[in-house]
Formats: sequence, structure tokens, C-alpha cells
Amino acid sequence: MATIDIAPPPVAEVERGESLWSRIRYYAAAHPLGLVGALIMIVFVFAALFAGEITSYDPIRTNSAITLAVPSDAHLLGTDQMGRDIYSRIVYGARISLAVGLGSTFLGCLFGIILGLASGYIGGWVDLVIQRIVDVLQAMPLLVLALVMAAALGPALGNTIVAIAIPLIPYTARVVRSSTLTLREQPFVEAARAVGMSEFRIAVRHILPNTLAPLIVIATAQLGAAILTEASLSFLGLGVPEPHPSWGRMLSESAAEYVRTAPWLVIFPGAAISLAVFGTNLFGDALRDILDPRLRN
Amino acid sequence: MGTYLIRRFFLMLLTLFGISVLIFVMLRIVPGNIADILFDAAGMIDVAEKAKLEHELGLDQPIAVQYVEWIGGLAHGDLGYSYVSEKPALQEILPRIPITAKLAGLALLFSVVFGVPLGVISAVKQNTGLDYVLRVVSLSGLSMPAFWLGLLILMAFVHYFGTIPIYTDPPKDFWSALWLFSIPAAAVGFRSSALIMRLTRSSMLEVLRQDYIRTARAKGASNQNVNYHHALRNAVLPVVTVIGIEAAFLMGGLIVTETVFNIPGIARFLVEAIKWRDYPIVQNLVMFIAFVAVMINFLVDVLYAALDPRIKYS
Repeated sequence: MATIDIAPPPVAEVERGESLWSRIRYYAAAHPLGLVGALIMIVFVFAALFAGEITSYDPIRTNSAITLAVPSDAHLLGTDQMGRDIYSRIVYGARISLAVGLGSTFLGCLFGIILGLASGYIGGWVDLVIQRIVDVLQAMPLLVLALVMAAALGPALGNTIVAIAIPLIPYTARVVRSSTLTLREQPFVEAARAVGMSEFRIAVRHILPNTLAPLIVIATAQLGAAILTEASLSFLGLGVPEPHPSWGRMLSESAAEYVRTAPWLVIFPGAAISLAVFGTNLFGDALRDILDPRLRN
Repeated sequence: MGTYLIRRFFLMLLTLFGISVLIFVMLRIVPGNIADILFDAAGMIDVAEKAKLEHELGLDQPIAVQYVEWIGGLAHGDLGYSYVSEKPALQEILPRIPITAKLAGLALLFSVVFGVPLGVISAVKQNTGLDYVLRVVSLSGLSMPAFWLGLLILMAFVHYFGTIPIYTDPPKDFWSALWLFSIPAAAVGFRSSALIMRLTRSSMLEVLRQDYIRTARAKGASNQNVNYHHALRNAVLPVVTVIGIEAAFLMGGLIVTETVFNIPGIARFLVEAIKWRDYPIVQNLVMFIAFVAVMINFLVDVLYAALDPRIKYS
């Protein structure tokens, strides 16, 4: 039997005759703070991609001759207790933060979507079981769960990503489930079923694209949360291991001891974390205003 | 209401059961237990000695047996013994709870006292310069890692005063405790106050758009009266939920802040126990944290229904 495919309903109304570029300009003008956020994010992505080109020191190699150097022309942001250039470490650290941030957001969303879609669309006992799992994961403070996960999996970059992704699952699952519950009853789903479309195809082709707007909003918020959690885990010594330059671990190495003698060790890595998360938060706020008109104020 | 409460109560028990299984199994898939750590550190590789230690600690039994023993002990207040200090886990955990509770209570107080009024001001003055400043400040509060804020405060104190009150002995009286805890509490509470402020603002804006607010204005009620009498009362309801959730989630900030300020509460203890693979401490502590979080959520739900007569649970 031939499958009849109907085009999924449009996700958002697109005004005809307007180019993508002019729409971006329109939104940027309407949300100046969002534009600032996007620019900050672009700077960090740029730093991560071209870390080798914009730094002149090896972020990992130690040099006992220049330990704890004050910020100067040679070492823009100074050096740490092992003689490593702070600026280079921060620039290379953007790679770690972005890798963990994007990786765990992606993984968390992927599993959240699968669980949320199954829960909302299939319903019945599947819904009941998945909701209890979500309850369990959500009942624990994010950092506590991530800590135990990180300890259980052992220190490695990939494990840190998984440890942060798992606590993020319930938030995506909840959002996808609640949109699915309303979408399931819409006439276009009934129409798709009437023409003989398989249930799996309906869920993936018709329901999923319509949950995209709230999903993008929550994913941006989670990107910031993931970067912060990575920093906290590494600060506590349970995150990204040596020799990766992680912003959080730069603070744990230098913490308290150097507060008095070398404040640049404390100020700059923390500023990098805050700025990166601030950028995603600004951008996420603007995205929410654009994509989720119900929350607009 | 009665049936709803009973159902919620049983769901709560189910969640706690799920958490206990999750924690227990996760801790046991960790590569290396306390025996490995002790023996590796000492450079000993005596297999018989290690097996004996594992047997003494019960680590050689099947996971299911170990789990049943733990829950059975928990039921009559026996939490097992800390692997590291070899004292009863209860004795290790109990004295640390009030320290963290005081810190958390103070942080929560801080966040509500600043968050709610600033959120209201931000909403009432929407799109003015003041609103923009408050929004940027609150957003940066959400962006700063709590441990960095703690380190900055530490640095500022050391720079300007040459010292900072450090936790050495338990504070003797109320005022010295307040002085000692208020600085780390501010570091933890800043983030929560930012969150509460944002929520108060959007909740307030939502309410200010309602018909009954327009009616009140049309009838000539003063701005003051409309904003603080008609609107605020309805706007704080969703905020109550967030305050409840924040109370449980302050834990994340407490873990790093207790580490920075060297405060011997349960949050810092948890990190230490995780590093030492001290199972009895970790599993009981996480259970305790989860229990508090779940209880607070439950109480907030009940409180919410009591505060808002429009909500009827069935």
C-alpha cells in the first residue's frame, strides 16, 4: 500500500518576500539585548574554533621560570602557579565549555524528546512509567545528581557530558510531553491517521515539529545551565580531568590560596564563565519572546 | 483534597524509593570502592587483605542484598558506619545538618527580601531605565557561578579588611552566627533572588494585563492601590511555588559555597564523601537531600491550594 504523505503544518508563519537576513535584522532591532547575547556567543564560538590562531602560548605546557606572572604585554592576563598563560587557557577552555555545554544539551534533549514524545503520544502505562522516572530524576537538585553521576562514571570528558545530560532530561521530557498532549487531539493528526499514516510517522513528522518552539527555548536555557554545571563539577575536582584547560578547574587550582597574592587567577576564568552564560541567557530570553508569544511581556 | 493528598503522598513514597534504587546502583557501578582507594594509596597489593576488608564492609555481597540491608537499617535508624571515620553515619551527618540549614534559611530569606520587591518594581516600571538595569542585574545573577561570586567576596574582604570571618568553632551566640553566615548566605542567595525577581516580574506583568485591573483603574483606584493591593496579591502566588523549589535547589549553590568558605555543613561533606567513595555517607546524605526536596515540593503544593481558593485538587 502506498503511503500518502501530507506536508506537516508550518511551524511558524513566514511572511512572503522577506529574506532571512531582513528578518534577522528585524528581530535584532526589536530585541537589542538578544543581539548582544548572540554576539557574545559568536565571540566564544570563534575563540573555540580558532584557539590556535588567536593565542601564542601552549595552554598545557608548564614553565617554572614564569610562575604567577602579573598581567603584562607578554602575558595579557598573567600566568598561573605553573607558569601557564591564563589568556591561552581561557581561549582553549572555551572549547571544553562549548563541547560539554552543547554535548550535554544535545544528549539531554534527545532523550528528553524520546521520553516526552512516547509519554505524551502513547499514553497509558508507558506514560505512567516514564512520568515516575522523570519524577525521580527531577526530585534531586541538578548539581547533586550530576555530582553522583560524575563520580559513578569516572573523570573523563565524555563522562562529564553524560553526567550533566542526565539531570537535564526531565525538563525537556516535561515540555515535549505537555505539547504532545494538546497536539495529539488536533484535527491535522486525525487527518493524518485517516489517510493511513503510521503512528510512529505521525509522532515524528507531525507532532515533533510543532513542539520545536518551546524546545528551542528550553535548550538555550539548558546550554547555560550545562556550562555552569560543568564549571561547578570541575571546580569541585569531579569534572573534566587534566590536561584539558577547564574554566572551572582553573578556579579550583587557584581558589582561596591565591586570592591575596594573584587575584588575576581568580578573576579572569570566572569572568569567562559568567560572560558565556550571560550571553546564552540574553539570547535565550530574546528567543523565548520571539518563539513563545504566550510568555511575551 | 483528601484523596489528592493521599495520592500525592503515595507518589512521593514511590519517588523516594526510585531515588534510593538509583543512588544505590549508581554508587556501585563506580570503578573502585574504598578498599581499592585505601590499598592503592598505601601501595599495597595484598589480594587476601583486600578481600578481607571487602568482606568486613559487606562489599562482596550481591547488590540486592546490600540494598535490602541498607533500607532495613534505615527503617530503624541504623545508617551504617562511615568507611573513613568508622563512626556511625548518623553521628557524622546529624551535627552538620543545622549548619547547612541555617545557611540555607538565611540565603532564602535574603533572596525573598530582595527578589520579590525588586521584581514588583521592575514590573511596575516596565521598559524604563530602572527596569532594564534590574533585568540585567538579575540575569547576571543567574549567569555567575556561585563559587566565583564567593571567591570574589572573599577577595574583596581580604583586600579591604585584611581578613574575613572564617568558620573555626561553632558560633556561640545568635549575632556571631548571623555575622558568620550572612556573607556566604548572600553569595548563595544572590542567584535565587535573581530568579525570584524575574518570576515576580513576569507574574506581575501577567496580572497587570487582566481585565479586573483595568476595571479597578477605570473606577478611579489609585496606582498605588491597584499595583500593591489588587495585583501583587495575585502575582505572588506562582512566586510561592518558585520559592519552594528554590529552597530545595539552593543545595547546588550550597555545595560550592560551603567549599569556598570552608563551612563544615552537609553540602561540603557530600563532596568529600563522594571523593572517598564513602558509600554509607553518600547514599544516606543524598537520600536526606532528596527527602527534603520532595517534602518541600509536597508542602508547597498544599500551601498553594490553601492560598489560592480557585485551585481545587481532586
